[in-house]
Amino acid sequence: MAFYVVQFLTGLASAASLFLVASGLSIIFGVTRIVNFAHGAFYMIGAYIAFTLTERLSGALGFWGAIVLAALAVALIGVLVEMVLLRRIYHAPELFQLLATFGLTLMVEDLVVLIWGPDDLVGRRAPGFKGAVDFFGQNIPSYDLFLIVLGPVVLGILWLLFQRTRWGVLVRAATQDRDMVAALGVNQKWLFTSVFAVGVFLAALGGALQIPRDAVHHAMDLRIIVEVFVVVVIGGLGSIVGAFVAAVLVSELNAFGILIFPKISIILVFLVMAVVLIVRPWGLFGKPEAPARKTPGLAVNPWRPLTSNERLASLAALVIAAMLPLFAGNYALTVGSEIAIFVIFAVSLHFLMAVGGLASFGHAAYFGLGAYGVAFLAKMAGLPMIVCLLLGPLLGCMGAAVFGFFAVQLSGVYFAMLTLAFAQIVWSIAFQWVSVTGGDNGILSIWPEIWAASPSHFYWLALGVAALVTIALRAMVFSPFGYALRATRDSLLRSEAIGINAKRIQWTAFVIAGTTAGIGGALFAYLKGSVFPDNLGISLSVDALVMVLLGGVETVSGAVIGAIVYKALNIWLVSQTDLSKLVLGGFIVLIVVVFPKGIVGVLEMLAQRRRKSSPPGSPLIAKPIESAE
Amino acid sequence: MSVASTLLAVEGLTKSYGGIHAVRGVSFSLRSGEILALIGPNGAGKSTCFDMLNGQNRPDSGHVRLLGEETTGKKPREIWRLGVGRTFQITATFATMTVRENVQVALVSHGRQLFNLWSSAPNYDRSEAGRLLELVGMGGYADRPCGELAYGDLKRLELAVALANQPKLLLMDEPTAGMAPRERVELMRLTAQIAREKSIGVLFTEHDMDVVFEHADRIIVLNRGTLIAEGSPAEVRSNPQVQAVYLGEGLLYEAGHREGASA
Repeated sequence: MAFYVVQFLTGLASAASLFLVASGLSIIFGVTRIVNFAHGAFYMIGAYIAFTLTERLSGALGFWGAIVLAALAVALIGVLVEMVLLRRIYHAPELFQLLATFGLTLMVEDLVVLIWGPDDLVGRRAPGFKGAVDFFGQNIPSYDLFLIVLGPVVLGILWLLFQRTRWGVLVRAATQDRDMVAALGVNQKWLFTSVFAVGVFLAALGGALQIPRDAVHHAMDLRIIVEVFVVVVIGGLGSIVGAFVAAVLVSELNAFGILIFPKISIILVFLVMAVVLIVRPWGLFGKPEAPARKTPGLAVNPWRPLTSNERLASLAALVIAAMLPLFAGNYALTVGSEIAIFVIFAVSLHFLMAVGGLASFGHAAYFGLGAYGVAFLAKMAGLPMIVCLLLGPLLGCMGAAVFGFFAVQLSGVYFAMLTLAFAQIVWSIAFQWVSVTGGDNGILSIWPEIWAASPSHFYWLALGVAALVTIALRAMVFSPFGYALRATRDSLLRSEAIGINAKRIQWTAFVIAGTTAGIGGALFAYLKGSVFPDNLGISLSVDALVMVLLGGVETVSGAVIGAIVYKALNIWLVSQTDLSKLVLGGFIVLIVVVFPKGIVGVLEMLAQRRRKSSPPGSPLIAKPIESAE
Repeated sequence: MSVASTLLAVEGLTKSYGGIHAVRGVSFSLRSGEILALIGPNGAGKSTCFDMLNGQNRPDSGHVRLLGEETTGKKPREIWRLGVGRTFQITATFATMTVRENVQVALVSHGRQLFNLWSSAPNYDRSEAGRLLELVGMGGYADRPCGELAYGDLKRLELAVALANQPKLLLMDEPTAGMAPRERVELMRLTAQIAREKSIGVLFTEHDMDVVFEHADRIIVLNRGTLIAEGSPAEVRSNPQVQAVYLGEGLLYEAGHREGASA
């Protein structure tokens, strides 16, 4: 019994940091509508700076002062980030803000290693809380007890801040309707900056307070950000009390999950999150989101099928790509195959995201399922390669059919979070079900058969499939189904009023996208000769998002260009520099700020400007006039 | 009125929220080709009533029948399939698609081709789309992005979309809200003309009394959730109860809105 009580208290202690970080994220989202991916990075910087300061400053005052100083320092960094970066992109689509903060996260991961080195750092114990308290023969670290008290205290302070101060009233008002607050003459700039500072302060404080409990390392940002997303979604975005309750719930699930369901301990949290989202889509304490006001002046060029010239150009590009084996070596061909596979992956997500308006944060699940599908068929059933390639993606298809059914019941940020949760569930299964999936060791030696074994042959295979998939999905964009899907994205109300069953259309799109991603995964398994849980991990999902956003969401060909640029850059950077994440992250941030419409979007804009300045009679201007007559 | 000519029959429609009776026992009917206005001061229950007809809201009790078929509790998309076109108070269109594509989506849905993955949508029933756009005077705008249109044009586009399934009944929620006075008259004249030609029944709610008295064949008046009057424009205009409602509660509002229009 005492053991369980101690386990419960350990859970409560873990909840404190989680709550601090989650409440910060929640506050920032509530006011600025930015899902701050960099929140984990701020948490991590908080821990690192606190480590350095606690090493320098001695005594109890030094330690506690260092913790607070670290949090303040990071808050200052946050203010800088907000003023220099975020202010430029508040009016960009929300996914771009996510992309920018993701870029920041990448940069921070490298910077931290650059400054503090790659090794884990073990910090000082907290003065006054070094020992343990005996509880019926079980030891509880006294620092844990301190954290258990700290959580509710912070909650109380935040509550006072929001209920009793003018600033708090403004923040609550802005959370409900920021346009109205702006209309009432509140200086939004400084409100946003201060909110961001407070949110970042809380994250950094959460990180700093972890150092007596845990080693500081350069991967702690991703680990916490996933958990924080879960907490915020379960509790309800924008709700502080919700963040607290959910942080406790998640920490206790973690603490007891290992005892009671050791086999599925990692999944447990995500299962709970999925259930909460399905039953109460806006979280336990959240409120259903009011429909956002449409950004005025949102001019989108309607999509059109390629003109015959553009078709010829695409064909020429494909022919040139197909000639690569004539002059490139084996390494370049392997890289080429990988890029082709990521084109498939990116195009599949683009279909869901740009055409359907459903931004999946867990698209790697279906990519990875396709890869595992091949691995099972090839290793266990011993089927020939061509059969594996055809049937493997069906695992992705089935996964998408099951998860997609639930996911399309939600929309927006909540859709993104639910897909993320599902992807984590799949990842956990791959990771924990060792007897079938090999767990972390993966499934090895899945090699292509002779006909596809040479790098050039495999390259042609990958390129051919990528071309087919791209053409097929593009054709679907301009099919009646594609129109219906775009209709559901633009206006659910109107779609329903003209007889469209939006959920079923979106579900179908989800399955199509999942299956296509599975095709990419199937090829990937053969390219690498192995399958690992990472093939369906969160970082791969993020890669896909970045590729699509980089190319430009509002364009049809964006995903292809985005995939090529991102993947090529990624592979090249890794070979050229140790700081590839720093460069890549900087590049992403730059793209978001300078080219908010993505690479292809910018190219189209330039082309249009040239057309406008050219004399009338150019084909694109003439066309609408013709058909208007 | 014989059952055969009745397009829409509403019987004892009732809805309350908590203790508030938004709509209480409202009954009326509508014939093919007839234009019926549903009016009443703010908070009279017009919108609630309207939403129960188009499937967005479920009545506590009462029935809605379309050509004898029960539609109570059906979803909006099912009601659309029975031949009901709709326009919204605040236009709902597909902003990133062209004007023609907006109509084509409705045609695709009407032709039950929503899950057709392979054929070419830009060519889907282009002639019918063009015809519908001509009908509402939008033929020249077919290739324009819908997001660029002026509000009055959006309203006309909505009408074209609403006509795509060859409806028997048009439900129009404040069709002229937010439009310039001249545009209002044009839109309602157009609607009335189309309705008579194709013998479509039209039910609309409206705040602009000029529009109502000029275009409605018949008017029903709601106040505090109950039907207080029904009849021709002349009858309703001279009805003392209606006058009391509008003079008593709505005069200032009306005066502000009509800007010198003759009563």
